[in-house]
Formats: sequence, structure tokens, C-alpha cells
Amino acid sequence: MASMRDIKRRKSSIQGTQQITKAMKLVSTVKLQRARVNAERSREYFNCMYDTVNSILKRVGHVEHKFLTSGASAKKAVIVITGNRGLAGGYNSNVEKLVTRHPEWKKEDLAVYTIGSKGRDTFLRNGYEVRECNNDIVESPVYHDAMMISQELLKSYAEGEIGEIYLAYTAFKNTVSHVPTLLKLLPVEVSGEADRGESGATAIMNFEPEDVEALDMIIPKYVTSLIYGALMEAVASENGARMQAMDNATSNAEEIISDLTLKYNRARQGSITQELTEIIAGAEAIG
Amino acid sequence: MADKNSFLLRIITPERLFYENQVEMVEFNTTEGEIGVLPGHVPMTVIVKPGILDITEPEGDKVAALHAGFAEILPERVTILAEIIEWPEEIDMERAKAAKERAEERLRSKTVETDVARAETALLRAVARIQVLR
Repeated sequence: MASMRDIKRRKSSIQGTQQITKAMKLVSTVKLQRARVNAERSREYFNCMYDTVNSILKRVGHVEHKFLTSGASAKKAVIVITGNRGLAGGYNSNVEKLVTRHPEWKKEDLAVYTIGSKGRDTFLRNGYEVRECNNDIVESPVYHDAMMISQELLKSYAEGEIGEIYLAYTAFKNTVSHVPTLLKLLPVEVSGEADRGESGATAIMNFEPEDVEALDMIIPKYVTSLIYGALMEAVASENGARMQAMDNATSNAEEIISDLTLKYNRARQGSITQELTEIIAGAEAIG
Repeated sequence: MADKNSFLLRIITPERLFYENQVEMVEFNTTEGEIGVLPGHVPMTVIVKPGILDITEPEGDKVAALHAGFAEILPERVTILAEIIEWPEEIDMERAKAAKERAEERLRSKTVETDVARAETALLRAVARIQVLR
């Protein structure tokens, strides 16, 4: 049996860890609440944008447009949104796995745009082509950040350097459920879902300027809003994941502490008993 | 609520729901020129150009500086997806003036490297801001 002193030392070290995980949990709970409000606010814009673009594309049909047909290049650009810090359970690695374990993608065909240093490190370590790492924006993304990224990507896309653009992030469903999601940004795919019978789909829409020109201007905005929405959700998910991980860690620590307390008391009792036996034995020997 | 003299105007930005109300008329700048929308307009999608957004509510007028985005116009509803939009009280006059001068300077002394389109947009924005404040 371990000595009383060892057990005591171990217990106090775990108590220290528990205090840290508890504090981290509280911090991410607060951050989560804020991120969640932001994510919900941006969702409205995103949904509106999505509906509008969809209804436009449905009416335009299969027009020859650079944003609707796949580029000549086999190169695929993937934007991967991860956190800058770990200790968030499987949050970072789940997103990375979407890309590294994709059944059809080969390492050589990919250009990975990482947002968040954890993702950058993983992809660099595994020998992927990593471009433009702006890691600071994950802390508190603003719309302008998303605009910069989408401009850069659209430029490469327009020049024919990349043929397809994907987005890997963690969608925020609710506090406990975060789903790693892979989304195709470009070329835009017209969703096959049936008209929802609402006003937008049935009305005959006019465009000013013409369809194709309008697409030229609307699609970059659409891409930007998707990236922005993904950033907001990823931030919320990261904090949610960290909160959960830290909650688990705190309760695990609690478990270990109670186990160690038991062991400590047993050891203490054992040593008292032993001392008593020794004293009695000594007294008997004298008497 | 849905009488013939008004329609629902919703202005949504990535950060918030900027405005939502029944209005009588809304005017703003598009790539094809200025338009004014009254209830019962034909369905139309337009791209926004920097300029003043003028909302006519039953109780009075409201203005804002609208810089980028696009609008979906339907007979009974107008949705403006605005990337950047500001109420007059959110605008910093000094900054707008400085931005205007900078943009003008860039256009005056333009070289091959000058991004003319960008400078022009910046100028339009600054002018819109200043006009809204007046």
C-alpha cells in the first residue's frame, strides 16, 4: 500500500487540477453564451441568403457560369476551421478527420486553408499544402475576416488555379451536440429539394442587372456569408466542446479524489492499528 | 396589419436584425440607379450601391447609410441583405471626411497600381456617410 504521504500528495495535486478544469469550464460557459447569441443572429442572414441564392439559381436553370461549373483544375481548396487551443475533447481532431480521412481525396490534390493553429499544425505535420494561416480571427470573427478569405479564394478560383472549394467546420446544433460538417462552397450546387411552396419560389423575379451579372455579384456575397456563418458556429462549438470536456474532467477528478480519500483513511487507520499493536506488544514485553 | 399602403421591410446584416417594420416607401441606390419601392412592386432582385437608404414610415422618415449588399423585392415584402449599414448616430463624421479626402487624393494622383474601383467605392461610401449625417 502506498504511504500516507504519497496519497496525500497525489490528492492535493488532483485537487489543483480540478480547480483549473472547473475554472476553464466556467470561462467557456460564459464564452459559449456569447458565441451562441452571435451564431443565432448570423444564422438569420445566412438562411435568407441561402434561400435567395437558391431561388435565383432555380430560376436561372443550368446556365453556363463560372461559379456553377467545376473549374478545370483538379486542385481542391479546403477551408478548415479549428481552434487555437486544445483541451476541447475531440473538437479539433474531428474536423481534421473530415479532410484527412476523406475517401476520395488525395493529399496532392488539396490546398488546405487553415483557420486556427491546431488545424495548421496537424496539416503541416502530415505534409499537406497549407496556405494562409490567419489564426487570430477564430477568437472573435467579424464579417470582414470572412470577406478577406472569400476574396482570396474566389480570386484563385477565377484564375483557374483551384477547381473546387470546400469548407470544413463544426456546426453548432445545441450546447451538447456539435457536428463536424463538410460543405461544398463552389461550384454552387442547386439543391434538388422541391419548392417549399412559399412566395419566393413561385413569383417571377426580375433582375437588375441581368441574371448572369447578378450572379457574379451575389455569389461572392453568398460564399462570404457561408464562411462567416461557419466561423460563428465553429466558435460556439469550440466553447461548447471545451465546456463539456472540462465538465467531464472535473467530475473525473472528483471521482479520483473520493477514491484517494478512502485510500488515505484506510492507510491512516492501518497505521494507527499498527502503532497500537506495537505499543501493546511493547507494554506486554515489559510487564 | 397588411393594408395596401404599406409593406414589410426587413434589413438583415450578418451581425443583427437591423430593422423590421411596416413601411410606406423605401428608397436606395442600386447598381442601375436610384430606386424607390412602394407597396406592390414587381418582384425584383437588385444589387446595392453605396448611398442613402430612406425609409418612409407612417410616423415619419428614417435614414441610414447603406454600403453593400443586395435586396429582394416582392409585392408585400422587401428584404435587404446588407453587408454594411449604419444609422446616422453610428457614423463618425470626422472619419468619413478623412476617408473622403483620402479616396479623392488617391483618384487624383492615380498611377498604374491604383485600385480605381476600390478608391471609387471608398469615395462613394464616405459621401453617403456624410450625406446621411446632413
